[in-house]
Amino acid sequence: MSIRPATQNAFRLVGLTLGYDRHPAVHHLDGAVRTGDLLALVGPNGAGKSTLLKGMAGEIPCLEGHIDRSGDLAYMPQADEIDRSFPLSVMDLAGMGLWRKSGSWRSLWRWRPEIGAALDAVGLGGFEARPISTLSGGQFRRALFARLILQDCPVVLLDEPFTGIDNRTVEDLLALIRLWHGQGRTVIAALHDLTQVREHFPTTLLLAREPVAWGPTARVLTAENLARARNLSEAWDEDAAICVGPRQAVGHDHGSHGPDSHHHEDAA
Amino acid sequence: MIDPFGPIIAPFVEFGFMRRALAGCLALSVSAPPVGVFLTLRRMSLMSDAMSHAILPGAAAGFLVAGLSLPAMTLGGLVAGLVVALLAGAVTRATVVREDANLAAFYLISLAGGVLLVSLRGSQIDLMHFLFGSVLALDDAALILLGGISTLTLVALAAIYRPLVMECVDPLFLRTVSRSGGPVHLAFLALVVVNLVGGFQALGTLLAVGLMLLPAVAARFWTRDLGGLIPISMLIAAIASVTGLSLSYHLDLPSGPAIVLAAGALYLVSMLAGPRGGLLRRLIRARHLEA
Repeated sequence: MSIRPATQNAFRLVGLTLGYDRHPAVHHLDGAVRTGDLLALVGPNGAGKSTLLKGMAGEIPCLEGHIDRSGDLAYMPQADEIDRSFPLSVMDLAGMGLWRKSGSWRSLWRWRPEIGAALDAVGLGGFEARPISTLSGGQFRRALFARLILQDCPVVLLDEPFTGIDNRTVEDLLALIRLWHGQGRTVIAALHDLTQVREHFPTTLLLAREPVAWGPTARVLTAENLARARNLSEAWDEDAAICVGPRQAVGHDHGSHGPDSHHHEDAA
Repeated sequence: MIDPFGPIIAPFVEFGFMRRALAGCLALSVSAPPVGVFLTLRRMSLMSDAMSHAILPGAAAGFLVAGLSLPAMTLGGLVAGLVVALLAGAVTRATVVREDANLAAFYLISLAGGVLLVSLRGSQIDLMHFLFGSVLALDDAALILLGGISTLTLVALAAIYRPLVMECVDPLFLRTVSRSGGPVHLAFLALVVVNLVGGFQALGTLLAVGLMLLPAVAARFWTRDLGGLIPISMLIAAIASVTGLSLSYHLDLPSGPAIVLAAGALYLVSMLAGPRGGLLRRLIRARHLEA
């Protein structure tokens, strides 16, 4: 993955195919995420939203094509691997976000005001000493957002950040995301709530393994596009043929033909 | 006047070999328990058990080559332990089988090979030495080895403490901000092996794990805080060493098992009386608070 300074694009996706075990979960995706964009990833379950975010974060290798990205990024996965029974305080959890500054040696005490401010910003002021095992689901999510604040990255990837969270917390966290947007950070979030997307996200990528539409939210989330996204198969075909190449050019309306209409070679 | 600590201290005041045993066990008491704390927090308690078996064939190979020689057996144990740890880790990354399953497979192979090697040349007495150690016969070289292992462990743990904690709590996060996750994991496995080899010298393979895990598990009943777990586990290990050695002298018991049984007794006491989730605390339910 190459890191190019000062480009207009936070991400450039070139002929990108991501997947597991040779089966594509994101198929031939081309495009660019502009720096400072607030982009929603929308699509049915199994559409490849999480896979795309994992690919952008560098968690999984590309099956084909590549991702150019510039600058550090902060990534909040959907299913975190966090061991919540670990005896750790909220302050220490949020303080992890300072890793790039603190390294493994410097004491976190120097950044105590910053950590306090980040916790205040997510409504967890005074929770510094609480063990993380005593937090509720919403409080824990807030603590993770405090960690994102402290990471202070130009690019933020969020995978379904509001699942199982009450309305007030969602409102607070959305305000935080809009604040990041205002600061010129690039924010990409996978979401299911279309009202939320229409209200807060200027651009949207509608994904159903193939990209269905990508652009201003109002033009992407049309009834026609959503229906097409639903119809694209999410089946895992064990006997799928080997894909020989991307369909046509960039900007092509990928959804207009069925999934089998491009040239395939039989695996045998 | 009756001094209650007199009988406990007497053997150490009286005999040089008891002082040596105490020094060796105390060195182990400050290095093995912190490693055990991290093992239990990672839910890898049984991994140390597997590793303690894995070092046997290496030590046995050293024994076959050089007899009861400390450097040869230590080196053999270190090599065998590290090879099994690294192989299990590598196979896990390359295949779909989980690390614990791979480790079990490798240590069983290793253990069977070790027992075979010992029986090729050794007598029953040699096997007993392997399994139960020789804490009452620590020579200068063994003491220096234990002290060195102890120093190395504490320095290394201090150096990798923060990334190790992050690797335990949120490995995915550490991967996104740093590449140190892999090296830190391997360094930690190496510390486990080094401490087991040290414990093998003093307590034998089967009981080396005891001084690593029992204090760590017991400490969880006294504190919820990582910063407290480590010193408390060291303290419990030190108490177990002193009382175990003393009891083994007075009651003429084998010293290795006596130390581990003392640690086991402290675990049982902690489980019953510990303020953090101890059994007695559960029986006497405190009234809940208002908020």
